[in-house]
Amino acid sequence: MVLEQTKTEDRAAFDEGPLEEILDSFSAQEGAVIPILQRAQQAYGYLPEEALRMISKRTGFSLAQLYGVATFYSQFYLQRRGRHVINICDGTACHVKGAPRLVTTLEEELGIKAGETSPDYRVTLEVVYCLGSCALAPMAVIDGQVYGRLVPEKVLKLVRELD
Amino acid sequence: MTEPIYRANVLVCAGTGCASSGSRSTMAALEAEVQRRGLQNEVRVVETGCRGFCAMGPIVIVYPEGIFYCQVKPEDVEELVEETLVKGRVVSRLVYEVPDTQQAVPLYEQIPFYSKQQRITLRNCGVIDPESIDEYIARGGYEALGKVLQEMTPSQVIDEVKASGLRGRGGAGFLTGLKWQFTAQAAGDIKYVVCNADEGDPGAFMDRSILEGDPHSVIEGMMICGYSVGAHEGYIYCRAEYPLAIKRLHLAIEKAHEYGLMGKDIFGSGFDFELIVKEGAGAFVCGEETALIASVEGRRGEPRPRPPFPANQGLWDRPTNVNNVKSYANVAQIIRNGAEWFSKIGTPKSPGTAIFALTGKVQNTGLIEVPMGITLREIIYDIGGGVPDGKQFKAVQTGGPLGGCLPASGLDLQVDFDSLRAAGAVMGSGGMIVVDEDTCMVEFCKYFLTFATAESCGKCVPCRVGGRRMLELLTRISEGQGTMADIEMIEEIARGMDSDSLCALGQLTPGPVLSALRYFRDEFEAHVLEGRCPAKQCVALTSFYIDPAACKGCGICKRACPVQVIEGDRRMIHIINQDGCIKCGTCQEVCPFDSVIKLSGETIEVPTELIPVGSFGK
Ligand SMILES: Cc1cc2nc3c(=O)[nH]c(=O)nc-3n(C[C@H](O)[C@H](O)[C@H](O)COP(=O)(O)O)c2cc1C
Ligand code: SF4
Ligand code: SF4
Ligand code: FES
Ligand code: FES
Repeated sequence: MVLEQTKTEDRAAFDEGPLEEILDSFSAQEGAVIPILQRAQQAYGYLPEEALRMISKRTGFSLAQLYGVATFYSQFYLQRRGRHVINICDGTACHVKGAPRLVTTLEEELGIKAGETSPDYRVTLEVVYCLGSCALAPMAVIDGQVYGRLVPEKVLKLVRELD
Repeated sequence: MTEPIYRANVLVCAGTGCASSGSRSTMAALEAEVQRRGLQNEVRVVETGCRGFCAMGPIVIVYPEGIFYCQVKPEDVEELVEETLVKGRVVSRLVYEVPDTQQAVPLYEQIPFYSKQQRITLRNCGVIDPESIDEYIARGGYEALGKVLQEMTPSQVIDEVKASGLRGRGGAGFLTGLKWQFTAQAAGDIKYVVCNADEGDPGAFMDRSILEGDPHSVIEGMMICGYSVGAHEGYIYCRAEYPLAIKRLHLAIEKAHEYGLMGKDIFGSGFDFELIVKEGAGAFVCGEETALIASVEGRRGEPRPRPPFPANQGLWDRPTNVNNVKSYANVAQIIRNGAEWFSKIGTPKSPGTAIFALTGKVQNTGLIEVPMGITLREIIYDIGGGVPDGKQFKAVQTGGPLGGCLPASGLDLQVDFDSLRAAGAVMGSGGMIVVDEDTCMVEFCKYFLTFATAESCGKCVPCRVGGRRMLELLTRISEGQGTMADIEMIEEIARGMDSDSLCALGQLTPGPVLSALRYFRDEFEAHVLEGRCPAKQCVALTSFYIDPAACKGCGICKRACPVQVIEGDRRMIHIINQDGCIKCGTCQEVCPFDSVIKLSGETIEVPTELIPVGSFGK
């Protein structure tokens, strides 16, 4: 179902080059499915259907198997993501220090729910569980940068500054 | 080129916590300032891993004195160098102050946060440059590996680890030496050693700190294990959320190769060993050892029934020893200092130390290492400095979503594997979260249950369905729709999940709820019987009122209310229209006179129409 949605938009643009290289470097390595998917996602920002098909053809794993793996792990995305990725931590330490309010604040600001991407692909909002900086709770990671001791106003300011 | 002899070492923490408070720029500023003054041959600036006191970051420690500076910003650097490194004086505005007394404590070892700690597993963290194998070696690193390969037989190594009494730090506390023996005795030519660095507990970060701050200690432990069980290949399964840990592991492995400490024929002993780092892909259940193995093999990380245990049938069905990061990190020291040394630390049945990520509502949050047998009170009050803002301690939660909580009456409990379990909490992987009167236990349980049900792999029914049903019941209670029969039903489902789930995730998912029902039953009953949330957290059971005696009629709340349900006028007592209120709490936050109050299970008398300020009840 999810595979269907990505079809029209990105098919024309799919560039096989990067995946070609990734597949070559992993040939004949036992248990390499997850690393291949990880590298492919790094290259494309998500896992387009074309990529899965190509991986299937080259590794011999059925598309169903790949799909099963990709949907099991929360790290894999089958849909295109926003230019900016906001990860709000709702791990226990962040939770008791007010993470839920950060989430609702941003949901309201962006008009999307946690786990969704804005229609213009500007931002993806995600809730994650503990990024190992609990002493700075509540914290968030925005485009790879860690921000600690957040309050709704501060997170709003950070998000409004994104282009 | 020989290294100059430095008269001072300036240690800058670059752990994740300090890095996010800006330690990189502090580090750069320090290096530049030292250069500018031409001190680079006298003063060395070292980047280290986490010191544990992340809340105070960026942390800078100046040795040999051991002066501990907190929250050092680039603009503080000039003064720090001038005063401390040139003139030998302490910059008092940068030293730690005890929150309640404002007493300044300049020296590292005198800070209350560190006073009761005993750093064994973390002994190198925050002390050495984790990217330098030389510094690890200078602190006795790889000595144990040398000793094992040259002087000990595999079974002697196993006996030593067994004699130390070391129990696995991944949660269950199984005897590490015994586990090694099982793998060693298992039939098969090819065996593996696996390090579980999945650290899924959402409130724990000690494994991360060790991998980032002292990666070689884990590698050395794994190699000693490999030698004793007859494995030549090891895997470290690390969460992808820990990019720095992964980077440091790769670097450490590369360095170990360069120094001939890994690869073929190590120390000329004929022993070969290779290590591979695997990145997890974000699934809590992959911390369970059989799921982890499935994931390393590239499959969906679903657990399978045990036996067979990984010791007999693990990775690719071959004998595999799986241990936690901290378990491995203890091994080299046990070999170097002897089993007896280790067994004397802590308690007889739980020797060694425990590492906790102390977080939540305590003054001092961070990573601590304490001898087993210390009480929770010592941890929370002596090390943690107690609950801030004059609030009341309510509960301490250990073991994360598969753990449990303890009330104030449990504070004098000793911390070790067995006594915590008997009290309904668990050692777990080390999360320790303190909550105060503002946390509702029903909501807290809902939080853990939401996490655990989302992470259920779905393979078996008790876990997949039981967790959901339990969450629905709890949600009903938190909305004031619950009945006493619902509480009983929760307990019944819990029994079923405990006895019939395939893996420990399903078996332990009810843990937080059961312990909360054991110690905070009255709070659940208040929700059910009185429609009251004592902590005033459950939205459906709380309401906001403007105290008519306190309202000054300033109108700030009226302007701030996002749904415009506050009625009022200049110098008139404002009134909240309860029907439309979404309970966002904004009015309470903005009122400059603290006139907005939050109530649960009760109401107050308010005017029915707009009347002037001060006239209510007159
Ligand atoms: C759901 C679940 C998650 C787990 N997560 C971890 C983890 O993150 N790290 C860990 O070391 N052990 C974890 N464990 C325990 C492992 O299954 C295993 O017991 C442990 O790695 C053994 O190491 P030890 O003997 O050194 O404790 C988890 C278990 C379960 C059931
Ligand atoms: S208990 Fe839960 S996580 Fe474990 S196998 Fe069953 S469904 Fe999966
Ligand atoms: S709690 Fe929020 S919605 Fe309700 S009256 Fe106050 S500001 Fe308005
Ligand atoms: S709980 Fe948020 S960083 Fe650990
Ligand atoms: S990251 Fe610096 S003290 Fe923990």
